[in-house]
Amino acid sequence: MQPTDVRDPEYFHKVVDCQWACPAHTPVPEYIRLIAAKRYADAYMINWHSNVFPGVLGRTCDRPCEPACRRGRVEEAPVAICRLKRVAADYKGDVRSRMPAPAAQHNGKSVALVGAGPASLTVARDLAPLGYRCVVFDGDRRAGGMIRSQIPRFRLPEAVIDEEVGYIVELGIEMRLGTRVESLKSLLGEGFDAVFIGSGAPRGRDLPIPGRQEAAANIHIGIDWLSSVSFGHIDKVGKRVIVLGGGNTAMDCCRTARRLGGEDVKVIVRSGFEEMKASPWEKEDALGEDIPILNWMVPKEFTHQNGKLTGVIFEKVKAERGADGRRKLVPTGEPDQHVPADDVLVAVGQENAFPWIERDAGIAFDRWGMPVVDEVTMGSSHKQVFFGGDAAFGPKNIIWAVAHGHQAAISIDKLCQGEDVRDRPPPMVTLASQKMGIHEWSYDNDVSPDHRYKVPHQDKAVALRDITSEVELGYDDRLAFKEAERCLNCDVQTVFAPKLCIECDACVDICPVDCISFTANGEEADLRGRLNAPAANLTQPLYVADGLRTGRVMAKDEDVCLHCGLCAERCPTGAWDMQRFLYDMAQAGHACRSH
Amino acid sequence: MTFLPKPKLHHPALGHNALGYTRRDYEGAISTLCAGCGHDSISAAIVRACFELDLPPHRIAKLSGIGCSSKTPTYFLGASHGFNSVHGRMPSVLTGANLANRELIYLGVSGDGDSASIGIGQFAHAMRRSVNMVYIVENNGVYGLTKGQFSATSDKGAKSKRGVVNSDEPIDMVGMALQLGATFVARSFSGDKAQLVPLIEAAIRHQGAAFIDCISPCVAFNNHEGSTKSYDFVRDHNQAVNALDVIEGREEITVDYAPGTVEMVQQHDGSWLRLRKLADEYDVHDRVAAMDYMHRRHAAGEIVTGLLYVDPAPHDLHGMLHTVDAPFNALDDAALVPGAAALEKINAGLR
Repeated sequence: MQPTDVRDPEYFHKVVDCQWACPAHTPVPEYIRLIAAKRYADAYMINWHSNVFPGVLGRTCDRPCEPACRRGRVEEAPVAICRLKRVAADYKGDVRSRMPAPAAQHNGKSVALVGAGPASLTVARDLAPLGYRCVVFDGDRRAGGMIRSQIPRFRLPEAVIDEEVGYIVELGIEMRLGTRVESLKSLLGEGFDAVFIGSGAPRGRDLPIPGRQEAAANIHIGIDWLSSVSFGHIDKVGKRVIVLGGGNTAMDCCRTARRLGGEDVKVIVRSGFEEMKASPWEKEDALGEDIPILNWMVPKEFTHQNGKLTGVIFEKVKAERGADGRRKLVPTGEPDQHVPADDVLVAVGQENAFPWIERDAGIAFDRWGMPVVDEVTMGSSHKQVFFGGDAAFGPKNIIWAVAHGHQAAISIDKLCQGEDVRDRPPPMVTLASQKMGIHEWSYDNDVSPDHRYKVPHQDKAVALRDITSEVELGYDDRLAFKEAERCLNCDVQTVFAPKLCIECDACVDICPVDCISFTANGEEADLRGRLNAPAANLTQPLYVADGLRTGRVMAKDEDVCLHCGLCAERCPTGAWDMQRFLYDMAQAGHACRSH
Repeated sequence: MTFLPKPKLHHPALGHNALGYTRRDYEGAISTLCAGCGHDSISAAIVRACFELDLPPHRIAKLSGIGCSSKTPTYFLGASHGFNSVHGRMPSVLTGANLANRELIYLGVSGDGDSASIGIGQFAHAMRRSVNMVYIVENNGVYGLTKGQFSATSDKGAKSKRGVVNSDEPIDMVGMALQLGATFVARSFSGDKAQLVPLIEAAIRHQGAAFIDCISPCVAFNNHEGSTKSYDFVRDHNQAVNALDVIEGREEITVDYAPGTVEMVQQHDGSWLRLRKLADEYDVHDRVAAMDYMHRRHAAGEIVTGLLYVDPAPHDLHGMLHTVDAPFNALDDAALVPGAAALEKINAGLR
């Protein structure tokens, strides 16, 4: 193998699995260390800088970081990264003085942002301090988008939304709430230098099966129903409720129904339990609130009597692999099952809708009705129009919306400054030794043996009585410290200097996970097979260094390295060093212009 | 060294042996030796050998004297019996333990100071008596604990860290072991586990006095230019006479090698040693030729390593003393104190 080029920032970035997996590339281990040090405000600001809504995300994020977490590969469960983020938000105190000030003067450029959700607000946050005039339009009277309309209050208190949306609005954003944009052409006609479309995926998919029209009064589209609950238009539901669908919206629907009078609430899903789109923890929470999840049942018909819904008929199915290798649902042949119900909530997916974008406005759409959007620049076929969040590539989640927002802000800034939008600014990278003494490092390298700590929950009876009562109570500072200590500090990199190595094997002998080998070089597949422990996880790189006196190479499998630093402590010559790697994504602004 | 215990977390694919243990289960406490010490590599090799041989840790006794090397039994086989004896007295304590309980596996760990200076007499007699043990000398040619004076195995002409040249003749532990009747003699290098681990395994399987002289660089005091026990010097002058594999039980042992290049030796316990010859004409069964070869190669500036001599049918101390098969510590009072009549009978036989 070619020796690894560790000067390429992406190499060590990939070793920080959580940060690499995060769409916004939040420096996770960095803020977790600050939480362990009780520097909650500092931890919050690192988050705020990169993901804009730490308090919201600390409760609602899809957490792509956690399945990626290295800890999950060496013991049972990853670090509770998401809930630690909430700790930073809960205990930060007053951080208003740390927030950027509104721009002292406008730079003469103005940007229209369609939708007041996380994508648009991210763009506004990045651009407003640079002097851009940002005008946000939203049909709802309150800002936040789906964060406010679709996420139930028992998962996300209103105060958290108000606070974090407030930090952005206070940057001098012009909020035109209650103003639905009806025409892109007329918006462009208002003289904006750029338009960002972060209008989400606002349309819930319907289920056009027999009985849908007749029983319409008791059949509700999930996201619309959630939004009506959020804005106080709906405050009760029937005793027997069926929720159709297996995603996170279905989980929010069923748990909301439990709080509005639903006593017998069931989630009924076409697929199996494992295949459901909902996050495992959301399914767990629903089951914990006595909501059964029934699988392999396809709705066939709504039954009704005198214009009132009486239930749903389901066909039992099983999964089979077709000749083309694709999985298909086929009937099992068992008799159909009628499940009685007073209300049905349909949460079978969301769709994008752009009725307000004229087809001759210069935006190219693909055959699925989605705008053609560049995945790097977030630009559309119209040079001044950018997309982000669910509006760009269909329903994703908040953290993706934030990531899109940052990139779109860079593009808009470059467009307005007459630069090439395709020329993307590099990240800011620091790599610095953490050695303080013979056995002293500036990070806690003593690996905690603890298993993941559960987040305390509100008493169930209390939680189900009040829809605004937050179910998760969050870690207290003691639990937060212990959970934070589980972090392996993957951003403190093992950096190897072959010139200093005397090949004494001390690092090989001490490594608790056998990830270091000294051996003859070879092709990657061959090398992976003959290391001290087989490097079978092909998604994780080998760190290969040559230039050793014996002509062998040092090959380190990054896969399960604990970053405990024992290799460096045992190294007699300092050939191994533990160096903190900080990777800071570029954002819109002058810093990137200087590159 | 480090202050932290080694994390218990291990590689998810870490294997188990026939007893259900992982290699990590054979480790001991965290080493307090200097970073880079060869002794730690030898400890790791012992851990691997015991894991691979499926040895029950509670059937092993590790004994040592005094010195850096003699500290190491704390750092491996944490679930085994241990005895840290007086300086240079490991062999006699081990001999006693072996007489009391012949069923344990005895691992004597010593250094060049412990065995070639203060304990040289003990070393010599343990070899002569064919005590069934593995005797490992972790040989770094220097007194590390007292800051780097030449030891008795330092080569004549070797330079100390401060530049002083050694004027004394070295004691050749391998030569002595051969001369005194050890039935398994090997030399290896802490930096070469591929060679060292099978040698330790074969030595454990050997039912007699098995001696391994393991060169183990002292990074703090003897790893400089001019040293003959440094990593670089040993790597540059290492001449292995053979490469060894230990094959357990009755598994298929026919492997295609060019004729005359491989020799199979069955040990007394049934295990096989497969020796791939690296030096032509080297006969691992000829004690006298081995001594001659050692001296000649040493004179030529080479460090000969590998399995140097093995007697596949060794006698051990118990055999020579005609002791009973049961370990002494398992004999009951009736067997140990047969009574006045039996004494009378013995006395009568001596009149």
